[in-house]
Amino acid sequence: MFDLIARVFGREDASKDVAKERLRLVLVHDRASLSPQTLENLKNDLLKVISEYMDIDDQGFRVDFSRHDDAMALVANIPIRKVKNHSL
Amino acid sequence: MGEAIVITSGKGGVGKTTTTANLGAGLAQAGERVALIDADIGLRNLDVVMGLENRIVYDLVDVVEGFAKLKHALIKDKRFENLYLLPAAQTRDKTAVSPEQMRDLIAQMKEDFDYVLIDSPAGIEQGFKNAVAGADKALVVATPEVSSVRDADRIIGLLEAQEKHKPSLIINRIRASMVKKGDMMDIDDMIEILAIELLGVVPDDESIVVSTNRGEPAVLNSQSRAGEAYRNITRRLRGENVPIMKLDDGTGLFNKLRKMMGFKV
Repeated sequence: MFDLIARVFGREDASKDVAKERLRLVLVHDRASLSPQTLENLKNDLLKVISEYMDIDDQGFRVDFSRHDDAMALVANIPIRKVKNHSL
Repeated sequence: MGEAIVITSGKGGVGKTTTTANLGAGLAQAGERVALIDADIGLRNLDVVMGLENRIVYDLVDVVEGFAKLKHALIKDKRFENLYLLPAAQTRDKTAVSPEQMRDLIAQMKEDFDYVLIDSPAGIEQGFKNAVAGADKALVVATPEVSSVRDADRIIGLLEAQEKHKPSLIINRIRASMVKKGDMMDIDDMIEILAIELLGVVPDDESIVVSTNRGEPAVLNSQSRAGEAYRNITRRLRGENVPIMKLDDGTGLFNKLRKMMGFKV
């Protein structure tokens, strides 16, 4: 009963909701069947291509999957130091 | 020409063997000619769950290697004339059999039986590949736990990649009281995550432990809740439209009355 009261007042999520949310995230990775190594390779390739156009902070560079409703998205967060000027 | 159905899960210990034994006995009780294959080579178990461990002479590997004839290796069930078991070899490993050999063996068995149920080993390697090779249809068993659901998702992906018939799901060991409190994933939660068709839901039930102790499938026990769930699944396999059993945590007034009147709940 105390559990229920705690939940009603929003102190704690029902543990099944925690389970569902964790499963959703882990399944996105599983279903994409990308190993951490593959993800690392993808990250390095992206870094290489983008570096030709911009000076980027490779320490702050993050690549991840996220879920938006039923779709899966590849989200890259790339901090830019400065844009290289190719026209000159 | 019969139908071959593989019972699989990815994760171990979620109830594949119990499910195979119960559906086999249930189908046999309904008058179907049924053969069960224990495809878990090296970790034989379907024989003890069926209570047939003392009758084994030859096994699956003996048949595949041509050392024994299929009809000599098949063990007739104690209870049903029309139910047979092909046991796994205990002293060999999964590499003793190939998917092609399994395909041929099952094609041969489908000529004599209405249903051939294949109990798959845990995992996604050779043993799993052998178990699914000759199957027309796959049943995925999962319990409402993150590890089991995750592995079930992986297995479903592999089955769909092999272009098997779309697999269907059996949710095992669900506890109504925990679902009610929000501490266990519900049927809808699991269907939503796994996105496959539901074949049945089996409640967590102590009578399964008792029936396994005795080597008597619970489906034959009219007092068992899990047995009732397996009887329903059997009927659905045979094409009947049976609604999913309402989950009951045993705390309702009706159950208290039943308990007082001496019925097993």
